[in-house]
Amino acid sequence: MENTDVQEVKRHIRVYLYTFSALAVLTVVTVAAASLNVAVGTGIFIAMVIATVKGTLVAGNFMHLFSEKKLVYLVLIITVFLFFVMLCIILSTINDQVLSVS
Amino acid sequence: MEIPYTVSPRPDTGIHNGKLGIWLFLASEVMLFGALFSTYILLRTSAIDWPLGSDNLNVPLGTFNTLILIISSVTMVMAWASLMMKDFKKYKLYMGLTIFLGILFLVVKIAFEYAPKFAHHHYPSTNTFFGIYFVLTGLHALHVLGGILVNGYFWGPGSKMWKKAPQQFINRIEIAGLYWHFVDLVWIFLFPTLYLL
Repeated sequence: MENTDVQEVKRHIRVYLYTFSALAVLTVVTVAAASLNVAVGTGIFIAMVIATVKGTLVAGNFMHLFSEKKLVYLVLIITVFLFFVMLCIILSTINDQVLSVS
Repeated sequence: MEIPYTVSPRPDTGIHNGKLGIWLFLASEVMLFGALFSTYILLRTSAIDWPLGSDNLNVPLGTFNTLILIISSVTMVMAWASLMMKDFKKYKLYMGLTIFLGILFLVVKIAFEYAPKFAHHHYPSTNTFFGIYFVLTGLHALHVLGGILVNGYFWGPGSKMWKKAPQQFINRIEIAGLYWHFVDLVWIFLFPTLYLL
């Protein structure tokens, strides 16, 4: 964002306000969707999809990820990959839990 | 000795060192919260019964706090935009609002959510649900507190840098903003996970 002129910043401010509106609406939608009479799995899926959209708006617009340098993307890609590796390792112990219960 | 690349971007990375530093820090934060989210999934899928968040937690207050954090993200980014437009007074206003909203978030969390839970003898040791609820929201609240302290410094004594090194100060506010937005981002996932599902 270095060397950004005033006009560019003003354009960004409009994007920030649109993003805020979208986030506020999606927050209400999240709460409303949770009151729907759907299966737990479907409810989790809907809530996570909305949260992911909201997260993308925050990261993309407020954190300027939509116009960031390649190195930042590389850091994030490695992080996401390692997160999923960690998730798989932790979730792989679910069978251990089930066996110990039964 | 002057620290290099605090203002101008490093030729090989394309960004100033502070920004690379905060992204690496945020990467470690993703792993920290990611580990706890993974733990939540493991605990929930392994449990025979899992209490519904909306039956045990105050959804309207959680929604209110979500909106507070979203608004604070807007005021934070507006503080940075104000500096980019050389308007220091507006910066002070927006940064002050960000700090106020952060404090309001913590007041709602502690006084109106945690306190009634403790009054009803709901502690982290009560059950696995409250255990993971207090760990996740407590760690998040500590991050909010950390953000308030950093933003408070940049609102108060740290803002003197604006006169001596304005571009470096803008970069510092951008970095503080990245952290603050990350804290907002974490809450965006915490809220439905804990309160609604």
